[in-house]
Amino acid sequence: MSSGKGGELIPSSSELDLDRPNIEDYLPSGSSIHEPLGKLRLCDLLDISPTLTEAAGAIVDDSFTRCFKSNPPEPWNWNVYLFPLWCCGVVIRYLILFPVRVIVLTVGWIIFLSCFIPVHLLLKGHDKLQKNMERALVELICSFFVASWTGVINYHGPRPSMRPKQVFVANHTSMIDFIILEQMSSFAVIMQKHPGWVGLLQSTILESVGCIWFNRTEAKDRETVTKKLREHSQGVDNNPLLIFPEGTCVNNQYSVMFKKGAFELGCTICPIAIKYNKIFVDAFWNSRKQSFTMHLLQLMTSWAVVCDVWYLEPQNLRPDETPIEFAERVRDIISVRAGLKKVPWDGYLKYSRPSPKHREQKQQSFAESVLRRLEEN
Amino acid sequence: MGNTSSMLTQYDIEEVQQHCNNAFSQQEIVSLYERFCQLDRNGGGFVSGEEFLSVPEFAVNPLSQRLLRMLDGLNFKEFVAFLSAFSPRATVQQKIEFIFKVYDSDGNGKVTFNDMLDVLHDLTGQFISEQQREVDLILEMPLFTDCKQVLTKVLEEAGYNKESLLVMSDFVKILGSSGLKMEVEVPVD
Repeated sequence: MSSGKGGELIPSSSELDLDRPNIEDYLPSGSSIHEPLGKLRLCDLLDISPTLTEAAGAIVDDSFTRCFKSNPPEPWNWNVYLFPLWCCGVVIRYLILFPVRVIVLTVGWIIFLSCFIPVHLLLKGHDKLQKNMERALVELICSFFVASWTGVINYHGPRPSMRPKQVFVANHTSMIDFIILEQMSSFAVIMQKHPGWVGLLQSTILESVGCIWFNRTEAKDRETVTKKLREHSQGVDNNPLLIFPEGTCVNNQYSVMFKKGAFELGCTICPIAIKYNKIFVDAFWNSRKQSFTMHLLQLMTSWAVVCDVWYLEPQNLRPDETPIEFAERVRDIISVRAGLKKVPWDGYLKYSRPSPKHREQKQQSFAESVLRRLEEN
Repeated sequence: MGNTSSMLTQYDIEEVQQHCNNAFSQQEIVSLYERFCQLDRNGGGFVSGEEFLSVPEFAVNPLSQRLLRMLDGLNFKEFVAFLSAFSPRATVQQKIEFIFKVYDSDGNGKVTFNDMLDVLHDLTGQFISEQQREVDLILEMPLFTDCKQVLTKVLEEAGYNKESLLVMSDFVKILGSSGLKMEVEVPVD
């Protein structure tokens, strides 16, 4: 990849070629530009209506933007009976629940820090003991976080065991996905490095569970990260890796394309599907609209965070499958379980333009049909 | 994005509806307004070229640059009028007028050979280039690989030539009988 002027990524066309399975499978069936129907006439050349229709269709509604739309719930408090009820709800949530939760969280942090700092500093020599204690403490603080939103989480399926050469993948809705999963079993996650207090947490506490950082905007980053992933997954004593192959937060109703990185490591993939119940709160973190702090505050002033987590059957790369096909197969499994609609777009299109390859394909098929029809008499 | 229809009064909706010659129903106009606000991320009252290009489905379209020239800086009323050619209620005449406007980039009411050549280039990219004849390895026959030659041949067969300046009535004659399908559905919640 090379960096553009504004520091944005300009993927080389060969790279995105590999990253993209058959996009034509997903586009609506009316999208072939011209069906060959005999000799080429002037009206065929001048009739650009199919292309224009596609463009107008994209202007009016497109599957990519839909993935990142936070749908506000239907307002139900417009009635003279329901409105006071809603007001009571607001009072309870902000003035009673929220302070209680803040206290719970503060207590949790105090306990955590008073155990973690000594363990981290004093047990430097005893690696195994230190690691186990730090893992247990991270699980503890995650439980406190979950309690601070009154998280009601239903786990389904057998809890993952700690085996080497095993990688977990899940769909991504918010950074709290990691907290919810970490609560049950210790994972090492791969995350975008964030600024602010989150970044501080990442570099201190999460280091202890073995997290890996990437930076979307850095050009050479991808190779370094792949190398780190491979090293980590081969290590026997490391926490199992948790990867969110979508690469970005999606609104829990759609799933965008999975990046193939996790599926090329030669490990068993254990899919995890996460589905939030929107009646209680919309857990989608729209990073363009809210900072993580605001997002957490929103969660802490809602009634509850209710979600289902399914640990699904581990999958392996089949002998006749490419990593991209494998990624798509796993995405299918997760999307079906969590009730998500699949879209054929790369999540990183949030930050960059699509590759010219897509447009070139359309141009090529149109050019070929024109030339073919020209030769007919 | 909040409750946007409260920013669009009934009077506004009727004004927009009139401006687009009733191509859209009031509900569709409200939906289009939500969409417009969604695209107009910086809230400037119009959707810039960059904001349109952030929709990947639009960015990969071969005619996106041409359409951007027509779309850039439009306010909501003009945006709806632009899309009115794609309404199922629009007449064939209106659709052909829209296509004519896409070709007639300088807006003087006449489409020249070069205008048509430009659109053909947009649609075929590098796959019909201005180069010497080549042999198509797949079809195994000599090809016209020149856009100019393709266009000239097809124009002459239809009774025009390279110097012809096509006007709206020519377009109606050429495209009117070919069963033009150019419709887009506005999603209404």
